[in-house]
Amino acid sequence: MNIFIQLTYLVATILFIVGIKKLNRTQEARQGNMLSAFAMLLAVVATLVKSGLVTPIEIFVCMLIGGAIGLIWAKKVEMTQMPEMVAIFNGFGGIASLFVAFSDYWTRAVEQPSLSTDAITIVSILLSVLIGGITFSGSMTAYGKLSGKISGNAIVFKGQHLLNLVLFVVAIVCGMLVAIETGSVMAMVVMGVVSLVLGILVVIPIGGADMPVVISLLNSYSGMAACTTGFVLNNSVLIVTGALVGASGIILTQIMCKAMNRSLVSVLLGGFGAKSGSG
Amino acid sequence: MSIENFIFLLYILVLASYCGFELISKVPPTLHTPLMSGSNAISGITIVGAILCIQEGEYSKYMGMVALVFATINVVGGYAVTDRMLQMFKKKK
Repeated sequence: MNIFIQLTYLVATILFIVGIKKLNRTQEARQGNMLSAFAMLLAVVATLVKSGLVTPIEIFVCMLIGGAIGLIWAKKVEMTQMPEMVAIFNGFGGIASLFVAFSDYWTRAVEQPSLSTDAITIVSILLSVLIGGITFSGSMTAYGKLSGKISGNAIVFKGQHLLNLVLFVVAIVCGMLVAIETGSVMAMVVMGVVSLVLGILVVIPIGGADMPVVISLLNSYSGMAACTTGFVLNNSVLIVTGALVGASGIILTQIMCKAMNRSLVSVLLGGFGAKSGSG
Repeated sequence: MSIENFIFLLYILVLASYCGFELISKVPPTLHTPLMSGSNAISGITIVGAILCIQEGEYSKYMGMVALVFATINVVGGYAVTDRMLQMFKKKK
């Protein structure tokens, strides 16, 4: 059974690669999207078989709820609001990675402390929480800016980069505490909160016109988050697919920057966006 | 996770990342947003991780369920929105 599942994952991976390639070309783009959707279905079905359908009810209820919400939102959204929609979906992917990592962590720290936790796993958990958190709150901030719920202009204040640096250091220290003692739940929670705050702070200095570039970058992050989750669960399809999205997302971000005649660094540092990007 | 297993997974990571870098080339600007949206749906692969989390345990299972709802919204919504974008694109042509 296990071989069947692994082979299904392999087929799904190939279809993802072909799907992304086809999305590069105008004529085949729609077909490529269908292919990758089919690949996702394969991966989900294989995973359901793998989990042996122990608790199918919860799984199906969750998927039904999520699927219905996703479908309704996707159908209702106005054409002009699509980038905002993508930002929301992307943020949800990020928070899902955060929860998966936190669920695995909770099992190890509280529910089954006897479970041996090696350094590789705990570092992967920490990275998933950090990247997932930044992706979520960053994407939500991007959504807020695009939809006009918060000011679309670049919000800059004195010592912003310093504050980011301090928060990043706090996250690293908390991560080290968890790495030393797996049971330090408090440090883990603080790290999660810090990652959420960081996501907001990283996106607010960026001007509204640069938002699509930022969403593309956050999309790459959510791929990386999925990839690190793969290391937590020792699951190859998560690693490969996450890496594909992570890497192709960075290239796409660069291409989008070039199309806007901006450099990635100037977009990310923000502030400049207020001067040159908003026009 | 054994160190051999980890190194094997690192190989996979490196090769997949290279593949990802090479996959994107000369995208026409009109396809930037659909491509971003499409790969966003693919990053919803975390759905697999979420399903694996819902096995046993109490709070860890609830967290897995929350993750599964979010991941499914990402996947289903992502593909549906991408398809709508590409449909519109075709009509224009």
